[in-house]
Amino acid sequence: MSDATILEEEEKVSLEAREFGFWIYLMTDAIIFALLFATYVVLSRNFASGPSSKELFDLGHTAGETALLLISSLTFGFASIAQRAGHKMREVQWLIVTLLLGLGFLAMELIEFQGMIAAGAGPEVSGFSSAFFTLVGTHGLHVAFGCLGIIVMIGQILVKGLTQPVRSRVFRLGLFWHFLDIVWIGIFSVVYLPGVM
Amino acid sequence: MYRLADRPVARYLIGFVLAVILTAIPFAVVWGGLLTGPQAYVVIAAGALLQVLVHLVFFLHLDLKSTPAENVFFLAFAAVLIVIMVGGSLWIMSDLHQRMM
Repeated sequence: MSDATILEEEEKVSLEAREFGFWIYLMTDAIIFALLFATYVVLSRNFASGPSSKELFDLGHTAGETALLLISSLTFGFASIAQRAGHKMREVQWLIVTLLLGLGFLAMELIEFQGMIAAGAGPEVSGFSSAFFTLVGTHGLHVAFGCLGIIVMIGQILVKGLTQPVRSRVFRLGLFWHFLDIVWIGIFSVVYLPGVM
Repeated sequence: MYRLADRPVARYLIGFVLAVILTAIPFAVVWGGLLTGPQAYVVIAAGALLQVLVHLVFFLHLDLKSTPAENVFFLAFAAVLIVIMVGGSLWIMSDLHQRMM
C-alpha cells in the first residue's frame, strides 16, 4: 500500500470516529431536552398572575413554524443527496434554501417571544413562562447555531470543494439539523397542543 | 426487484409526507376540538412517537442492518435514561402534588 492510500484510510477511520462521537453528543443533547420537557410539564399550569398558555399560544403560528422546520429537514435531505452524487453547486443551492427556512423559523419564533413579552408573559412572570422560554429558547438557540453551521459549510464547500472532511462535516451538520426537527415534534406535542386545550 | 423506497429522493419524500400526515392529525384534533381530555392526549402522544420513528428511519436513515450497532445502542441507552429521569421526575412531582392538596 502506498503512503497516500494509508493516509486516506487513516483519515476515513478518524472521520468515522468523529461521526460516532457526534452521535453520542446528540444523545446527550436529547437528555438535556428531555429534562427541560419534564421541567416544563411540571410547571406548565403555574401561571401565577400572568396570562395562561391558552391566551398566549396561536396554533396557526405554531403550524407555520412546524412547516418551515419540516420542509427545511427535507431540503437538507436533498442537499445530502446532491453531495452523494457529487453535485457541488446543487448541494450549495439546497443548503441556501435550508438556511433561509431556518432563518424564517427563527424570525417567527422571535416574533412570538416578542408578542409574549408584550402581553406581559416575559420569562420572569411565572413558572410557566420561565419553563417555556427555557425550553423553546434552548431549541431556538440550537437552530441559530445550526444556521451558523450551514453558512460555514457553504463557505467550506465553495472554497475547499467536496473533500472527505467537508463531506463528513456536512453529514454531521445534517444529523444535527434532523435532530432539531425531532425535538420540535416534542415541543408542539408537549407545549403548544396541550397548551391551548 | 426494484423498489421505490430504495431511491434516496423517494425515501425523503415518503418520510416528509408521513411526517405531514402525523403532524396534521394532532393539530386537527386540537384545532377542530374533535377530541378532548385524555383521548386528545393519547392521539397527540401516539402521533408524536410515530413521527419521531418516521424521522429516525427516513431522515436519519436508522435501520437495524446498516446503522452501526454502537449507534443503536447509544440511542437505546439515551431512551432508557430519558424514561427513568423524565418518568421519575413526573412521578415524584405528581405524587407530591397529590399530597399537598
